[in-house]
This record gives sequence, structure tokens and C-alpha cells, in this order.
Amino acid sequence: MNISDPTETFRQEARELLDELEAGLLDLEQDPSNSDLVNSTFRALHTIKGSGAMFGFTAVAEFVHEFETAFDQVRKGQTQANAALIGVALDAKDHIHLLIETPEAKILGGDEILASLRAIVNGETSAPATPKTEPAPAPANKKSAAPAPKAETATWRLEFYLPSDALIYGTNPVLLLEELAEIGPAKITALTDRVPDLTVLDPETPHIGWRVDIEADDPTAAIDDVFLFLRDNMELSLNRLDAADTLALDAETAEEPAPAAKVEVQPAPAAAPTTPQSAAPRAKPASGADTADRAAASSLRVPAERLDELMDRVGELVIAQARLSQIAGLSADTALKTIAEELERLSSGLRDTTMGIRMVPIGTLFGRFRRLIHDLSSELGKPIEFITTGEDTELDKTMIERLADPLVHLIRNSIDHGLESADKRAAAGKPAKGVVRLSAVYSGAEVAISVTDDGAGLDAVRIRAKAEENGLITPDTKLTDQELYHLIFAPGFSTAKEVTSLSGRGVGMDVVKRTIDGLRGTIDVTSRPGEGSTMTLRLPLTLAIIDGMLVRVGNGRYTIPLAAVEECVELPEGIEAHAKGRNFLDIRGALVPYLRLREVFGTKGESEPHQKVVIVSSGEGRVGLVVDQIIGNNQTVIKQLSKLHSGIKSFSGATILGDGSVALILDTAHLVAAGQGYVDRNLTGRAA
Amino acid sequence: MSQAMKLVELAETAPADAMNALTIRLDDELFAVEAHHVREILELVPITEVPNAPEFVGGLINVRGRVVPLADLRVMFGMNRAEPDEDTRIVVMEVDMDGEPAIVGILADKVHDVTDIEAASIEEAPKVGMRWRPEFIKGIGKRNGGFIIIPNMERIFEISGARTAPVAASEERSAS
Repeated sequence: MNISDPTETFRQEARELLDELEAGLLDLEQDPSNSDLVNSTFRALHTIKGSGAMFGFTAVAEFVHEFETAFDQVRKGQTQANAALIGVALDAKDHIHLLIETPEAKILGGDEILASLRAIVNGETSAPATPKTEPAPAPANKKSAAPAPKAETATWRLEFYLPSDALIYGTNPVLLLEELAEIGPAKITALTDRVPDLTVLDPETPHIGWRVDIEADDPTAAIDDVFLFLRDNMELSLNRLDAADTLALDAETAEEPAPAAKVEVQPAPAAAPTTPQSAAPRAKPASGADTADRAAASSLRVPAERLDELMDRVGELVIAQARLSQIAGLSADTALKTIAEELERLSSGLRDTTMGIRMVPIGTLFGRFRRLIHDLSSELGKPIEFITTGEDTELDKTMIERLADPLVHLIRNSIDHGLESADKRAAAGKPAKGVVRLSAVYSGAEVAISVTDDGAGLDAVRIRAKAEENGLITPDTKLTDQELYHLIFAPGFSTAKEVTSLSGRGVGMDVVKRTIDGLRGTIDVTSRPGEGSTMTLRLPLTLAIIDGMLVRVGNGRYTIPLAAVEECVELPEGIEAHAKGRNFLDIRGALVPYLRLREVFGTKGESEPHQKVVIVSSGEGRVGLVVDQIIGNNQTVIKQLSKLHSGIKSFSGATILGDGSVALILDTAHLVAAGQGYVDRNLTGRAA
Repeated sequence: MSQAMKLVELAETAPADAMNALTIRLDDELFAVEAHHVREILELVPITEVPNAPEFVGGLINVRGRVVPLADLRVMFGMNRAEPDEDTRIVVMEVDMDGEPAIVGILADKVHDVTDIEAASIEEAPKVGMRWRPEFIKGIGKRNGGFIIIPNMERIFEISGARTAPVAASEERSAS
């Protein structure tokens, strides 16, 4: 990929801005009077327009301009955001997205969207479509000099120096001046007092300041607009000149023939509606923009593969460091020991930082679903309340990306199959608004992400009928409800009576299962008839490095993810005697099943006389793993197993130990499940 | 590494109508693997046994920080598996596994040399009269009056991959 391709850069940036726009619009629907939201939405639009024009996406720029013009009425407080407006605005956002992704294609419908946008905006204001100067609600403007809305035209003196990095970031002073001149008849003078000697002049720094005398009512807001993205670091002063000053000014510049020297630009027709507005309702657009810009400037865009590369390097470093520590441990050289310890501390810090870079809060993903719910809700006519919790739960970036599609499927399923229609809900005595909950929570070495609805729940009878019809089971197959529910993940399975555009084609759930399997995760299904159902995805926290506990079974060494380990106990002696059929340990009153890893792995040779049990947990379940020896803790760089070994479910990967040999990493979730099954079936077969 | 480099150089100078091959001994038979698939040749390193894995790929080794499966072709050819001795080597190769390149190690009782086997001397494996499954053999070459077996690596690894699948399925059943 070519990072320097400007068009691609623009697309990437635009995609993020569009996401921001969408989020802003959806927030606005909830909180229509929040002017910060209006401003941030407007800012996203403005930036898309600006950079779109810069990169030759004229169709985008034109469309966004119209969008912006209509939306400006909301910003000015002349109309309130409402559901209809947000709906059209979202369509407009989609249209922009299409325009940006496929600029060469002829995309129709833009005019209709704009027309309905205008209709809503204007219909809401009042009969005369022309912008009217309404009495300002509160002249909370910082310019105390600003007179009442209907002010006579005065001359305003604006002096500004651009921030020193303005040119580097592509600011064109000429365009700024043109924009200023659109506000009203302007006289522009260059201030050259700060231009240094040629020998020390840095051509990339703007040295020239500008004095602009504008004739206008109150240009404060319009000027704020012009400098929206520069306001942070620039010097700017704006004063109203009274008649005497104006005269003095004229005297000052008397040598120039007054009218000719003016850089005069007639207000462009397109910008006309925005200029004669009273500026009262937007007291602080600039300050809002400032914080947003600052936040954006402090983050850095890095290609994901570079992060992966970094992770690999850190992985190698951790392995090398472990070897050094081992050698230092055997040596009597204190200097070596000291440096080894130092390195251990540093590499563990580096590991954590690198991991931290890759960890992304899942909220970024949750945000995307709000649009989905919004659309589904209106399409299916089911009012939905969408509640998310645990947005700040962090997961590996790769994992989050791969989770997007499965979660979309699960949410669609919940809404389409789970939630009943409004009449049915009323009949069942439920509130008309269905609730869909999306939550993420840490649980041991895993993250549990669940999608819950308060709908009808899974219909066990219908699932069974469908499964029999599809030949997945025979009528005499005995299944628990749990096993029955899991049939919905079988390929080609669908219980929807009618196929809608959203679901019912029987593709999806099996894909969900496969994706989650690929991430070494599991899916739990719980359901209560009439009360709703929950799908829970359990996923490992990361795909890269974990803390591990190294154990020995026979001659083999294995790593157990430390986050899954609850405690270690001795295997009571004599338990052997009644092992058959009673593989339970009594851990402070709770019965915990245990697996002898020697049996699971078919290890040969005599076992140690004093075996240890490592209690691990996964989700609700716990299981004891009987090992010969607990060696200690280590940092474990997870290496995927090749396809040749992908069929062996007891292991989630492998790692390289300090001495350079390979150790397998136990898949605790699988072993816990196996342990439960082992006990359930009363030792009818080997567990793994 | 230097040995591997040498192999690559040799491979590039091979005449077009010959197969540039590394010859290795397994049990008492001579095998030839394509030299440009060979990445390096290692002395015996510690092998980590993978419980419940197919016998053919029962181990893992560390190759420069990479975890690589170790295959024993002798299992596929039903040969006698002698204990490793001072001649035992691991040939690290790149093979196609389900269309994707993968790195595997192969145990060799002894590594001989890199040689050119004339294309004309390579014959198809006879369908009968062999103690090995014919689909595992690409051809049989002749050199110095003896035979050299050219194994079909893609096929061997494809088959072994398919073989692990039933194991996976049965494990999954017992787990749920």
C-alpha cells in the first residue's frame, strides 16, 4: 500500500469524519438541543468539504456544501434537530460515503436528499423561506460592543498573524483573505513588521500579518468561521473602529488611491445566506473546535501491519531476555545478574506498552451498531432501546475488527427474530419498546461480549422441527435445550418463517460460529421463553503475548495462561483409590472436577508422588488440571500452531521458552469444557 | 544458514532439464527433495512432543524464533524409525499446504548432497510392486545405478492435514 497516495489519505480521513458525523447525528437525535453536538457535526461536514475540494472530489464538495448550508439553520438555532431531519441527514451521509468511495460512478439521488433536507429545515422554521433575523435569544456574545441585532454597518479592524506551522499544514492565506472579503467590503493591508532578514528567513513560516478593515454588522461569528481551524495558536485582534479611527486610517493609507487598493471580492452567491445572520446563538464554536483539534493532533495514524511488526520484534526480545535471565540465574556474576534484571524490567515494560498500543476500547465497535439499530428499528417498525455497557473494555485491535461482522449478525438476529412485533409485545404485557443490550466485561483471561434482547426467546420446538426437516438431527435424537440452541449455528439453519431482507437466509450464524472459533473463542446461548435470549461470545484478551504459568507433565512442559489460573493446590494423597467416577476436588466446600493431564495427553512413565492441581476457570466453569510440577511464571509469546496441528483443541498455541525449546499453551476454555463433559459422562470415554 | 545459501546458489545454476535436488537418506532409501524448497539444514534440536497429534507430525521445533512442525516422512512410508544418531538432521523446507506456503521440518537419517537429477532419468512410480503408497511419490530417478525416490510433498502434507480433521471432530464432540 502506498501511504503517500493523497487520494487514499483523503478517503481514510473522510471515512473517519463520516463516522464522526454519523455518531454526532445519532447523538443529536437523543439530545437535539446540545449545541456542542451540532457544532462537532458541522465541523466534520466542513472538513469533508474542504479536503474534498482540495483532492478533486468536486461532487463531494458540492454536495456537502449544500448539506452544510441546510444544516446551518440547525446550527443557527433556527430549527431543531428532529427524527426526520436526522433520518435525511443520515441518508446524506451515506450518499457522501458513496461519492467518496466510488467517485467515477454516477450516483443519483443526491438532489432528492438535498431537497428533502431543505424541505425539512425550512418547513420547520416559518413560512417565509428567506432567512430572517429573529430576535436573538440571549446576546451571550463575547463582543460586548455588539449592538442589538439590527445594527448599522460599522467598520471593524481585524489584525492577525497566522500560527507558525500554518503553511506546513497547507493553510493558504490568500483563501482566508478572500473569505474575509466575503463578509463585507474589506480593505486588506499586509503587516510586514515581523518579516526577518533574508538570512534568517524561514520560507515555511508565515511572517506577514494582515490588517483587514471590514464593513459589516457584526462579523465576529463569520470571522470565527474563517479561522475555525487556526484559532488555537494564532494572534488575532478584532476591534470596532469609530468614525474618527476610520478617518485616521484613511489618512494613514492616504498615499494609496483608496478604492483601487482594496482587495475587494464580491460576496459569492452561495455564501450569501450565511452572511447576514445574527450570530447570537453560537457563542463558542471556536472553543469547541479547539479542543477537538487538539485531541486529533495528539493521536497518530500508523498502518496496522507496522504494529504487528513491532509486536513480533518485542516478542523476539522477550524470548531473548528470558534466555539471558536463565543464563544470569546460573552465573555468579553479580554485574550480569543486575543487567539481566534491568533488561527484564525494561522488556516487560516495553511489552506492556506495545500491547497497550494494540488494545482498543470496544466502544469504537459498539458505536457502529447504533446506526444499524436505528435503521433496523425504522425498517421493521420495531421501536428499540439500545443499551451498551463496558465500552471501555479493551481488546486487541485485530480481534475487534474481526468481531464486527459476527456482532452485526447477532444483533440483527436479536432484532429480527428475537424481538416481537409491537402487537405481540402489547399482548404479552411488555413495554412497546424492545430492549437490545450489548455488553462487554472482563472474565479471567477472557472478555465476554453479550447481546441480550427481551424478546420471545429461542423457540426450542421450532428449532427442533427445523433441524429435523434439514436432517441435522433425527426425531429420536435426545438433546438438552443447550444442545438444541447450538443447532442454530449449524450451516444452512434458519428458523425465520418469512425470509426478510435482513435475516432468514440461513447464512450468518454458522459464519459467526466459524469466526469466533477462528479467534479461539466460544459462544454460549441462554434463553428463557417469553423473556428473551442472550448470546455470549467469550474471547481471549489478546492474540499476541500473555503471562503464563509453566508446568511439567511427564517430560513435557506446558504453559497455562496465568489470567485463567485461580489457585494451585496439592492433589490429596489417596484420592487415586476412588478416582473412578468421582473426579472431584473439594475446594473450600465447592466441588471442582479435575483432569489428569497425564491421562489427557497419554503421557508415559510414572507420575510424581506429590502431584499438584492448577485450578483454572473459564466463564462460569472451573476445572483442576493435575500436573507433575509447577515450574514458575513466564512471559509467553503466543505463536500460532500450523495447520498440521490445528485440529488439536487442547492447545491454543505454542511458545518458545528461555532455553530455546518449544512449549505448548493449554487452551483453558477447551479444557474446562472438556472437564465438565468428562464428569457429566461419568468417564465413559477419554476427554481429549 | 551458509549451507542454505549455498543450496540456493546451486539451485540457480542448475540446467533447465534437470531437477536440482537435495538427497537425503531415510531408513535405507535415498530420497530427493527439490533444493529450492529447502531453507536450511539443522543439526538435531530439542523436539517438543505434541500430545494427541498424528504420529507423522508429532513434534514441534524452534527454528530461529519460529515454532515449526516437525514431520517424519518415515511414518508415511511405513519405514523403520531408528533412534536419532550423529548423522540425523532436520531439513527445514517450505511446502505448499492447502495452497498456502508453510514452513516444516523434516527428519532425515542422513543428508547427502545437492545434485542434478536429469529429467529424462525420472520415471513415474510403478502402480504395483512398491511397498509405498504410489500417490506419495512423484517419480523415481536414477543415479549411479541406484534409485532415488522423489516424494510428492504437497500430497503428503495435504493428506496429513486431512488426517487431523477427524481427530478434531471427535475432540469437539467429547468437549461439548
